Amino acid sequence: MSETNYLTTDYTLRSWFLTTDHKRIAILYFASLIFFFFIGGAAATAMRIELATPQADLVSSDAYNRLFTMHGIIMVWFFLIPSIPNTLGNFIVPLMIGARDLAFPRLNLMSWYIFMLGGSTTLFAIFAGGIDTGWTFYTPFSTLYSNSYVIVAAAGVFIAGFSSILTGLNFIVTIHRLRAPGLTWYRLPLFLWSLYATSVILVLATPVLAITLLLMATERFFGVGIFDPRIGGDPLLFQHLFWFYSHPAVYIMILPGMGVINELVSCFSRKQVFGYKFVAWCSLAIAAVGFLVWGHHMFVSGQSLVASLVFSFMSFIVAVPSAIKVFNWTATLHKGSIHFDAPMLYALAFIGLFTIGGLTGLFLACLAFDVHATDTYFVVAHFHYIMVGGMVTAYFGGLHYWWPKITGRLYSEYWARTAAVLIFFGFNLTFFPQFILGAEGMPRRYHVYPPEFQVWNVLSSGGAAILAVAYLMPLFYLGYSAFFGKRAPANPWDAPGLEWQTSSPPPEFNFTTQPLVTRAPYQYNEAFEAKPQNA
Amino acid sequence: MTDWRPPLVLVGAWLGLLALLALTVTLAYVPLGAGNAVVSLAIGTIKAALVAAIFMELRHRGGLTLVFAGAGLFWLGILLWLGSMDFLTRT
Amino acid sequence: MWVFIATEVLLFGGLILAYFVYRHAFPQGFAEGSRHTEIVIGTANTAVLLTSSFLVAWAVEIFSPATTRIVTWLLVGAACLGLVFIALKGIEYSREYDEHLVPGIDFQFAGPLANGVQLFFIFYFIATAIHALHMLIGICLLVTLATICRRAPTTRHHTALHSAALYWHFVDVVWIFLFALIYLPGRSS
Repeated sequence: MSETNYLTTDYTLRSWFLTTDHKRIAILYFASLIFFFFIGGAAATAMRIELATPQADLVSSDAYNRLFTMHGIIMVWFFLIPSIPNTLGNFIVPLMIGARDLAFPRLNLMSWYIFMLGGSTTLFAIFAGGIDTGWTFYTPFSTLYSNSYVIVAAAGVFIAGFSSILTGLNFIVTIHRLRAPGLTWYRLPLFLWSLYATSVILVLATPVLAITLLLMATERFFGVGIFDPRIGGDPLLFQHLFWFYSHPAVYIMILPGMGVINELVSCFSRKQVFGYKFVAWCSLAIAAVGFLVWGHHMFVSGQSLVASLVFSFMSFIVAVPSAIKVFNWTATLHKGSIHFDAPMLYALAFIGLFTIGGLTGLFLACLAFDVHATDTYFVVAHFHYIMVGGMVTAYFGGLHYWWPKITGRLYSEYWARTAAVLIFFGFNLTFFPQFILGAEGMPRRYHVYPPEFQVWNVLSSGGAAILAVAYLMPLFYLGYSAFFGKRAPANPWDAPGLEWQTSSPPPEFNFTTQPLVTRAPYQYNEAFEAKPQNA
Repeated sequence: MTDWRPPLVLVGAWLGLLALLALTVTLAYVPLGAGNAVVSLAIGTIKAALVAAIFMELRHRGGLTLVFAGAGLFWLGILLWLGSMDFLTRT
Repeated sequence: MWVFIATEVLLFGGLILAYFVYRHAFPQGFAEGSRHTEIVIGTANTAVLLTSSFLVAWAVEIFSPATTRIVTWLLVGAACLGLVFIALKGIEYSREYDEHLVPGIDFQFAGPLANGVQLFFIFYFIATAIHALHMLIGICLLVTLATICRRAPTTRHHTALHSAALYWHFVDVVWIFLFALIYLPGRSS
């Protein structure tokens, strides 16, 4: 290759760790997130092995508590929340809007360092002995009774929160200020709308988590009773504050996934996204309404009936924009010229799994059903369908879609499709039995269970084994392709987005000439018709 | 040599804020029952609005800034409204 | 910058929700706790902060290459007032410590209202400590800007000054509410 790109400008370690190039920072995030993903995954694997038999034969109940806490904390805060925004978003946002970089490149690097500081703090807590409170840090257990590294872990999450806030701030300002000439709001790819909505949530919700964890740590450290009912405190206040962040955090995780799916569905059916404006505004609607529903995590906690009713009603409302998106994706597929490339397989998997996850969410929004299902495997299965089936699948889809752009290489389509199918299969085998277990009443967070539940648990553990292998596969074939794969052309998918108009991998400052945007996104018909003339 | 003097509107805001401070402290000692809390928060809100509009120059800012300033307040409202709803309706 | 301020609003919002919830649960205890705060220092500090904000707003308004000297002095003055605020706060803390009002370290309060009073003082200390931390950051910002502006004022510095000023005013607004919530309740009975 004659011209230099962002990967070949400099090879020193210094040029990586002090870079302000959004593309290199995206790679730094990517490497860190792989690391966290496999730590969290290892904990999940250990749990599924333990649950293969009804008795306790691998870990004690205490060790099991620490395992699921570790799995939750790592996966939520150090994988899912930063996954798409900080890797794909960091890389793609400036390319999509035709900018040289994010609005605050140094802030971007700083937020990676803050993220790593938070991550190391949390890892320290885990390896020093672990935390046994569950990822939710519920008081008064976390403040009065737990004998584990609660404060250190909370500090790690607290620190990582600043990284989220800075990233959100950076994206908001970038999307407002740095759009290429002609790129009006309604010409933005939908991925950007969803990242924008995500950033709004990051900026507005994360500070509440920060103050909540601070109050919790103060109570634990000084032994004062902020949430201690014995001296008049109210543990439910902690839950309210915690879920004010943590429910919107669900949308932090899923909205970027939805954004990726827009790009994939549109590209591989060679059609515009159906109802562009609806999808765009639905992202913002989800971001706003998502803040009104947190109480549905607390139906059986003793909050007032009025509050439960209002929160239940709001939870039904928030399903509407999500459903609109699903309908619009299927309408986009309708009469499209569908190509089953690997990213599209992930996208189709996402639509199916997200629909199941979303519909079971509606079950749980019903007060009466939720009382039955609270803290059972039904809930576990529900949120894994959203988080793993939805978000992680979308992450893999996006990763495959933009991989040629990021690395300049093509991966093996055969292995990618195999992995996609295996992930879909393994995922359903792991988590569908958990719906049945939950409906039959198996509670979550126990390492032993009555023997009659064993059939479903064995199925689930078997599925987890398949899933683990399937998740490891991309590590090999994508890793191989990064070094030995075929060179990728600038636009391997014939997509009209701005990010495909520069070379693969892009040069250090993204575009050699300032791009000018003259039309709406997703004009696949023109790209498609133009092709034969060029050929 | 006039360009360093503070604009009158700033001075006015400053004096107004100090006057409101005196007023709110005085009123706090007048027994009004539940009215005391209302008065102190209302005066607090007026003071905050003065600072935002004049010191922070919000009155000269365009739509976007107002949207973001409003968004902060709006979400604060959600937090306080839905958060206190539970505690106010406990039986 | 306004996006950042929205973040901060929510940070303090969590605390204020806690305050309202517990004030609703313990109206007597909160009034009693409030009567034990130093209203003289609190009022003086409010005046100090308002004045400091005024100086910063003044500096922003008249910023130009011709007025660097006076802008610098205004910023230094504002920062000094910030230090006065911190110093008064320190005196206040030490008096409360002498009265055994610091929860977790040395808290003694007899009578049926003890729970409410303790919760009030937990809120008081956390909220004022976080606010004081913001003050310290603000003071550093003002001093930095004062040094930069003295040397070579440009439009970029004007933007920076603008952002720092917004931050400083925001810290002022937070204090206005904290003042109303902490010092004023329970004075009339």
